[in-house]
Amino acid sequence: MNLTLKIWRQSDANDKGKMVDYKVTEISEHMSFLEMMDVLNEQLINKGEEPVAFDHDCREGICGMCSMFINGEAHGPDRGVTTCQLHMRMFKDGDTITIEPFRAKAFPVIKDLVVDRSSFDRIQQAGGYISVNTSGNTQDANGTLISKHAADEAMDAATCIGCGACVASCKNASAMLFVGAKVSQYALLPQGQIEAVDRVKNMVAQMDLEGFGNCTNTGACEIECPKGISLENIARMNREYLSANVKG
Amino acid sequence: MSGFFKSSIGRKYAMALSAFFLMFFLLQHFAINILSVFSPNAFNEASHFMGTFWAVQYLLQPVLIFGVIYHFVMGFILEIKNRNARAVNYAKNNGSANSSWMSRNMIYSGLAILAFLVLHFIDFWLPEINTKYIQGDMSGLLGDGEGFRYYEELTHKFVNPIRVAAYVLAFVFLSLHLMHGFSSAFQSAGVTSMRKKKLQTFGKVYGIIIPLGFIFIALFHHFNH
Repeated sequence: MNLTLKIWRQSDANDKGKMVDYKVTEISEHMSFLEMMDVLNEQLINKGEEPVAFDHDCREGICGMCSMFINGEAHGPDRGVTTCQLHMRMFKDGDTITIEPFRAKAFPVIKDLVVDRSSFDRIQQAGGYISVNTSGNTQDANGTLISKHAADEAMDAATCIGCGACVASCKNASAMLFVGAKVSQYALLPQGQIEAVDRVKNMVAQMDLEGFGNCTNTGACEIECPKGISLENIARMNREYLSANVKG
Repeated sequence: MSGFFKSSIGRKYAMALSAFFLMFFLLQHFAINILSVFSPNAFNEASHFMGTFWAVQYLLQPVLIFGVIYHFVMGFILEIKNRNARAVNYAKNNGSANSSWMSRNMIYSGLAILAFLVLHFIDFWLPEINTKYIQGDMSGLLGDGEGFRYYEELTHKFVNPIRVAAYVLAFVFLSLHLMHGFSSAFQSAGVTSMRKKKLQTFGKVYGIIIPLGFIFIALFHHFNH
């Protein structure tokens, strides 16, 4: 198929940036979206033009690097997938596809479609960890009984890959689904109780400091999340935050 | 708890709590107003009680006024902060693919409700305050002293078709606001996920039935008087 691409081009963080139109030809419907971008870049390089910079790593939906806002949706029109898992069969020959970087003040553009998501790292560093005894007499993980329900919910929360689609999709650029998932994955487990009070307070404080917006419960984050992280995690984070503040 | 209400989540709680109070007030307001359709006497008695009972006037009324002002002011503050959180807007943003129109436009439905409240206060609240606390007439009686004035004042206001149309339009916006706001308040307060089927159904029933009831009352009095 042949496509018209409208792509955000920005040479560096200080550049104003603009949308640029490209024609890309001979795209197979079996290609992933990133492979289509590879074809475009090959064509650009062959013409002596600057290729489009975009983030990618594992290309199997785990690393969360491929942050593209495609036709008005994070990771494109498909559900439960990252951009690398998005197939070109979702588009038709002759389509015009708009490709932009994830937009948020806390995700500044580095170049073209590449954004700096280190704000997520700083939130994680503020409290997304547990204390583990590594002195040689480490307790067997199976020695601590955990109900299946709690284990399942913690695992669901832990599948968050930190891609930032929640922030990109939210009309307020809120990071509450990400932080809710990170708080929940520990809050549900006994190992997470030691730092529970400080964790939620510190992670929320860092989130606010980074300049993310406030959640207004539109639910867009949950729909666009490639891992299906539930809004229940935000409700749980709110409960944890209230409880932590009451405890002091 | 220091700094709790300055945090993003603390403000969500505050918005949710004020929303709970306002939704409870709305239910109570509707319960009294619907009496006017079935029994003018019952409506008069209930209105007089609410208008003169000290706990309602000096405890609940100030809380209500504070709740209304807080909900609006904080709503605007959060809207400004949220808009600032995205410095550059998307060239193409398909919001309808992942969220409802109501959830994305709470600020506009809220503004419409605020405009209505100005009209509503001029129509009912300010004359009521003037009669009771400036002129000092706490009797609740008509000028000629024959019966209570509340039912007469209510029906008189709904004679003008333009006012009735404004009220109907305002209640449509109220319905749009509640359709998202009801379940959203529970989610913000951390009670449960707003995706829970029962909560969504109850929210939609509340968000449609109450405003529709107010519309019915306005139209009933317009066409019957």
